Amino acid sequence: MLQLISLLMENKPGALMRVTGLLSARGYNIESLTVARTLDPELSRMSIVVDVEPNQRAQVIKQMNKLVNVLQASDVSEGPAVRREMVLVRVRSTMQNRTSILKEAEIFQARCVDSSVEGFALEATGDPEKLNEFIDVMRSYGEIEVTRSGLVAVSLDSKKLRLAPPVAKEVEAPSL
Amino acid sequence: MAANLMNGAQIVLECLQREKVEVIFGYPGGVTLPLYDAIYDGPIKHVLVRHEQNAAFAAQGYARSTGKVGVCCATSGPGATNLVTGLVDAMMDSIPIVAITGQVTSKLIGSDAFQEADTFGITRSGTKHNFLVKTLAELPRAIHEAFYLASSGRPGPVLVDITKDAFQASGHYTPVTSVHLPGYRVYTEGHAGQIRRAAQLMMEAQRPLVYAGGGIIHAGAHDELRKLVEVLDAPAVCTLMCLGGLPGNHPNFISMPGMHGSYAANMAMTETDLLIALGTRFDDRVTGRLAAFAPHAKVIHVDIDPAEVGKIRMPDVPIVGDVKRVLERMLEELAGLRESAGRESGLDKKDKQAEPRKQWWAQVREWKEQHPLEPSMSSDEIKPQHLMAEIDRLSGGQAIVTSDVGQHQMWAAQLIKFHHPRLWLNSGGLGSMGFGLPSAIGAQFARPDKLVFAICGDGGFQMSIPELATVANQSLPIKIIVMNNGYLGMIRQWQELFYNNRICSAVLECFPDPEKLAGAYGFKGSTVERPSQLRKALEEAVNEPGPYLLNVRVSPFENVFPMVPAGGAINEMVLTQPQPVEVG
Repeated sequence: MLQLISLLMENKPGALMRVTGLLSARGYNIESLTVARTLDPELSRMSIVVDVEPNQRAQVIKQMNKLVNVLQASDVSEGPAVRREMVLVRVRSTMQNRTSILKEAEIFQARCVDSSVEGFALEATGDPEKLNEFIDVMRSYGEIEVTRSGLVAVSLDSKKLRLAPPVAKEVEAPSL
Repeated sequence: MAANLMNGAQIVLECLQREKVEVIFGYPGGVTLPLYDAIYDGPIKHVLVRHEQNAAFAAQGYARSTGKVGVCCATSGPGATNLVTGLVDAMMDSIPIVAITGQVTSKLIGSDAFQEADTFGITRSGTKHNFLVKTLAELPRAIHEAFYLASSGRPGPVLVDITKDAFQASGHYTPVTSVHLPGYRVYTEGHAGQIRRAAQLMMEAQRPLVYAGGGIIHAGAHDELRKLVEVLDAPAVCTLMCLGGLPGNHPNFISMPGMHGSYAANMAMTETDLLIALGTRFDDRVTGRLAAFAPHAKVIHVDIDPAEVGKIRMPDVPIVGDVKRVLERMLEELAGLRESAGRESGLDKKDKQAEPRKQWWAQVREWKEQHPLEPSMSSDEIKPQHLMAEIDRLSGGQAIVTSDVGQHQMWAAQLIKFHHPRLWLNSGGLGSMGFGLPSAIGAQFARPDKLVFAICGDGGFQMSIPELATVANQSLPIKIIVMNNGYLGMIRQWQELFYNNRICSAVLECFPDPEKLAGAYGFKGSTVERPSQLRKALEEAVNEPGPYLLNVRVSPFENVFPMVPAGGAINEMVLTQPQPVEVG
């Protein structure tokens, strides 16, 4: 079963590897992963979709929170959240179906970002279900090539709202 | 201290001094030469081992016997990779050590330079955290953060990989006065409401059992544990990692549970109605088949690591916190509850449980009597259990005992009593052979006043023979007792019981003559094989002012019992030798 996890972590070398290493060590397959800086350049937010047994989901979150580089890991598979993904589709077109392709793309609010005699490159964003339908429709028109970005999510749960990272306590190095 | 010009290596040592490090166990190499040049000026003592793996084990012995952070040091490439077993071992048993490794010059990283290895990547999963330091500026912070991480919360190993140019770079040193780790949280205080609920359950339980683990030792909570056990008058089991957490001669102590635990402990774990788990992680060696583990019990689980609570068994009362703090609060709650129960007119709440509790104790005592852990004796050959009983007698609950891994480890755990924590040092979670001798080296450095026994099997001993040189070199009066049955005993036991006695690669021939071997290193060694001479031989070893290597020839075909077969329930123990098998 797919679990969508949103992580706030330190923007440091190796931090990404720690998260993915944790998952691969337990044999969980990563379906998609995106990560980028937040407003605070020291911090990144990562959205990761992982295939996990339902009874292991809480444990996965706990293990991620244990990582020193991770400030906060939360499960955003369920509950109020905005989940978006971007897809770039190259579709081969014939002279006859060029207009239909464009009209179809308009229905999905996809933009045409490249046009040539061979076909189009289309860009669409939306929730994963909508994008799956878009890809299916485009596939029916001809050969296609698909590049997906991976899911990005922001939780709408008021408890999980974090505009700034939590302020950590300045701790004395024990003996100093 | 005013900022002054130092190189990276000097800064490392300055930081280590601030962390009150007194000894480093290590082995030099090309990229750590700058560090060793700084060590030359003192005052931190460096103990040269003979293999880096043993530097990590020695640092562990130091940490396990004191609670302080142990420090080991190795060079890049093979030096660092040789530390891995010791690091993973520390990770599994939550032992605070800091490993400092050298790395090739920053601009050479990734070019497959001489003695280059991706230490940072290789040790990522085997450490609590690790650092790669390439510049002077990051150095003090990395060291202090490493010590803080190693020793706080759930302790663990931390590695700091420092490039040669960082060691050599020169700059002004500004001391670091605080560490800032935004992603790291330590939960010390347990939830007050949960503690209250737990205390309530303890008052109401009819067959309570205290299940104490390594966390009690890490937290220094042995006094609080004893008080709780006495206030509840509950039977208590201590895991392999907690032996000595409750004094071994305490009347409520019913020994170790699990695969080779006592009959009483395993039956009590199965029949209890309230399992009070303190600083422990429900390891598979303890629980056996999970579906059959403590099936009638409500579970209270106290642990400082939130990921452990609910990992194996969902508790009825989870409490995340430092077990010492939680126990202090719990004892206060219990005192309050007992007082108010006593004030209730008529039915005293305590009285209601008095009768069932009495019956519970009667049952526990009956289990103890049915199958006690007793040393078996013979007049022809030394039984391994007899050896452990003699060591127990000489120790009187006070000696530091390290062990290696295998049958001898289980017999030592069953039969040697520890009256204090931090006396029993062994590799539990990872079960690394070769642990016994080097950890004794670390422990003897940490506690020079103590009598230290290193009990090894003939297999594990041979994995650490190089450190006999360290023992001799440093004049460490360690009593190395080799329990010699001529086999990899635990392997032979499993092959006998589960593989039709097809003994493959478990015979250890060509064991070195101990007198000659010890003599080669300049100290005393001997062999004993008659039961009537065992006591005298052990006393001679103990009375020898320097180190002693005593090779004890024991019965080759003894098996450790009780035994819970892999995948079995802990109340389905094999208690004695099954029908004789054809010796293959």
